[in-house]
Amino acid sequence: MKAVVVGGTRGMGRALARLLAERGDGVFLLGRDAAELETSARDLSARGARGPIATGHLDLAEPEGFGAALDAADLALDGFDALVVTAGDFASQEALERDPARLRRLLDVNLTATAVLCQQAAERLAARGGGTICAFSSVAGDRARRSNYLYGASKAGLSAFLEGLGLAYGDRRVRVVCVRPGFVKTAMTAGLPVPPFAGEPEAVARLVLRAIDRGTPVVYAPPIWRFVMLAIRLLPRAVMRRVRF
Amino acid sequence: MGGLSVEPVSGWGRHPVAYGEVARPERLLLPPDGRPVLPRGLGRSYGDAAVPAAPGGRVLETLRADRVLAFDQGSGTLTCEAGLSLAEVLRLFLPRGWFPPVTPGTKVVTVGGCVACDVHGKNHHRDGSLGAFVERLVVQVADGRMVECGPARERELFLATIGGMGLTGLITEVTLRLQPAESGWMLVETEPVAGLDAMLDGLRDAAKDWQYTVGWIDCLARGAALGRGVLMRGRHASRGEAPAGPPPEPRRIAVPLDAPEWLLSPVLMRAFNAAYYQVHARRPGGSARIVPYQGFFYPLDAIGGWNRLYGRRGFLQYQCVVPRAAGAPAVALLLERLAAAGAASFLAVIKDCGPESDAYLSFPLEGTTLALDLPYRGAPTEALVHELNATVIAAGGRVYLAKDAVTRAEDFALMVPRLAEWRRIREKWDPGHRFRSAQSVRVLGDSA
Repeated sequence: MKAVVVGGTRGMGRALARLLAERGDGVFLLGRDAAELETSARDLSARGARGPIATGHLDLAEPEGFGAALDAADLALDGFDALVVTAGDFASQEALERDPARLRRLLDVNLTATAVLCQQAAERLAARGGGTICAFSSVAGDRARRSNYLYGASKAGLSAFLEGLGLAYGDRRVRVVCVRPGFVKTAMTAGLPVPPFAGEPEAVARLVLRAIDRGTPVVYAPPIWRFVMLAIRLLPRAVMRRVRF
Repeated sequence: MGGLSVEPVSGWGRHPVAYGEVARPERLLLPPDGRPVLPRGLGRSYGDAAVPAAPGGRVLETLRADRVLAFDQGSGTLTCEAGLSLAEVLRLFLPRGWFPPVTPGTKVVTVGGCVACDVHGKNHHRDGSLGAFVERLVVQVADGRMVECGPARERELFLATIGGMGLTGLITEVTLRLQPAESGWMLVETEPVAGLDAMLDGLRDAAKDWQYTVGWIDCLARGAALGRGVLMRGRHASRGEAPAGPPPEPRRIAVPLDAPEWLLSPVLMRAFNAAYYQVHARRPGGSARIVPYQGFFYPLDAIGGWNRLYGRRGFLQYQCVVPRAAGAPAVALLLERLAAAGAASFLAVIKDCGPESDAYLSFPLEGTTLALDLPYRGAPTEALVHELNATVIAAGGRVYLAKDAVTRAEDFALMVPRLAEWRRIREKWDPGHRFRSAQSVRVLGDSA
C-alpha cells in the first residue's frame, strides 16, 4: 500500500503510520509542522521501513493547498492508493460554547476541510482505478448529547459525508472507512476524566489497519463502542434530555 | 490539548501514593511557567523517586515521546526520544542483531528512566552500568534551555544526570550504543548453592567467564542454610547454538486484583522458597540450557501487575551494595537480620558488581549487591530498613534510589561521598530546585 497520512505525527495517526511503515508500505506524512514531520519520518525510517517515507505540507485550515499536497504525495509515492486522515480539532464543549470563532474553526477543520480533502482524493483514486479513503470520525457523532454536541455535530457531519462517499464511489472501486473511536488515551484527550472502555492508540491502530485492508465501512475502536453507541442511539429523546453525559 | 489529569501516582511498590497533575505529551517540553515538575517514565522505580514532591505536584510522563531519531546498523548506535521503552528497543533492534548494553529486570522501562537511574544488570561485573554506554543526552534544564551533554561535552551535567533521578533536568533525547547479539536466545547454566560463602565464591568464579551472573537466595533460610540459593550464569547464544527463528513471546498472565495479605504469610513464603530451591537443586548441576531472553532477563514481565500480589498496602524493595572489602560478614549480617525479622518475601537477588562509575549518584560499587521485597507493614517495615541501612553504612555501602522509599537524609549523606559534588552541579543548573520529587524532599531536603 502507498498511504498518505494526515496527522501521522501524533496519537493514533503516529501508531498507524508505524504499522504501515513496519510492514513495508510507503508512507507520506502530511501536516503543518515541518520539524515534527521530519522527526516522525526519521522514526519510521529507523524502525525499519522498507517502502518510501516522505513528508509534505498540509494545513487543514487552508483547503486551497490540498491539491498541491496531494500532487506532492503522488510524486513521492508514485501514485498513492490510500488517504488516511487522523487529524482533527478538539475543544471542550464549554470552550466552544463561549467562543464562536473557536467553534467555527473546529467545524471548519473537522467537517468542511476533511470532506473537501477526502472528496478530492476520492476523485483522484477513482480516476486511476480505485483505492481507500479512511478518516477518523468519532462515536460523538453517533448521537448528539448535551455535554458535547458541538464537537459531536462536526463528527456527525463527517460520518454522514463518509457514508455517502462510500456509496457514491463504490462503483469506481474507492472504499471508504469511517473510524469511530471512543475515548482513546492520547494527547488530545489528556486531562479529561477517563471513562470505562478507554483505548490505547496502538490497539486502535491495529483495528484500523485491518479495516483498511478489508475495506470495512465503519469501525468502532475499541470495538465495544459499537454496542455502547447502539444502546445510546436507542434511548428515547426524553431520556437524553435528562441524562448529563 | 495536552491537558493535565489529576490522578494517583506511585512507584511500582505502590507505596507511597500521592495525587499529581499528570501530563503525557508527545513532545517533551517543559511548561514555560517555571513551576516545579517531576519527569517520570514508565513508573517502574519502586519507591518515591517518581512520586510528586507535594500533593497536586506536576508530573511529566515521557512515555508518549517515543520516537526513534536515528539508528546506525553498523555501530548499533541508537538515538531516541527519552520515552522509548526497552521493550520497543528489543522488538525493533534484536531482529537486527542488537541488544540493550545493560538491562534491568524489566523491559517495561523508558530509556530516559534507565539513564536517570543509571540502571545496572546481570552484566555489571563485566560491563558496568548503563551510563557507560551513553554517548549523548539532550537535557532541558530548569531555565528552559536545551543542553546537549556527553562524556566530553558539559561533562559535569552529563555525570550529574546519569543516576541523577531526573533532578538535573528533563532528559529529552538519548544516544546509546547497543551491544551486538547473534540471537534472542540465551545459553544459561543454573547451579544450587548450599550457603552464602559458596554463593559469593560461585559468583566470583562465574564472573571470569560469563557475561551475565546472578544468584537467587532464600532469605527465610537460617543457620547453616543462610544464603542457600541458586546461581545462574548466562550469555547470548551464538547463531550456531540458537534454535532457528526468534524466541516466542512468552504467554502473559495478569494479576486481576490486590491479593489478600495472608498470601505472603511467613509459612507460605517459606514453603515457596524451599520448593524453589528444591526444583533447582534436583536439576543436574552445570548443564547448559538454551532459553528465550525474555525468561532469563524478565521473568516477572510475564505476570502483568505482579506488584498487586503484595496487597493493597504495597511493598518496599530494598537494594543495597556493600564493598568487596566488607566481604561475606556484612552480607551475612544483613541476611541474618532479615531472616530474624521474617519480613522478607519471595527471593532475594544477589549479585557482584564491578567498579563504580564516574557518575556522582550512580548506585553500584565494586562489591556485593542484595535486593529483596519487603511487604509494607508501616512503622515496623521502616524500622527494619533503617536497621539494615545502619549495617550498610558501617560496611561503607549504599542503597539504590530507584528502589528506595524510606532512607533518611542523614543516612543517605553518609552513603554517598560524592553527594556534595552532585549538589554543587545541581545548584548551578537548577538553583530553584524546579525538578523535585517526594524522594528528593526526603533524601535531599528539598522543600515540598
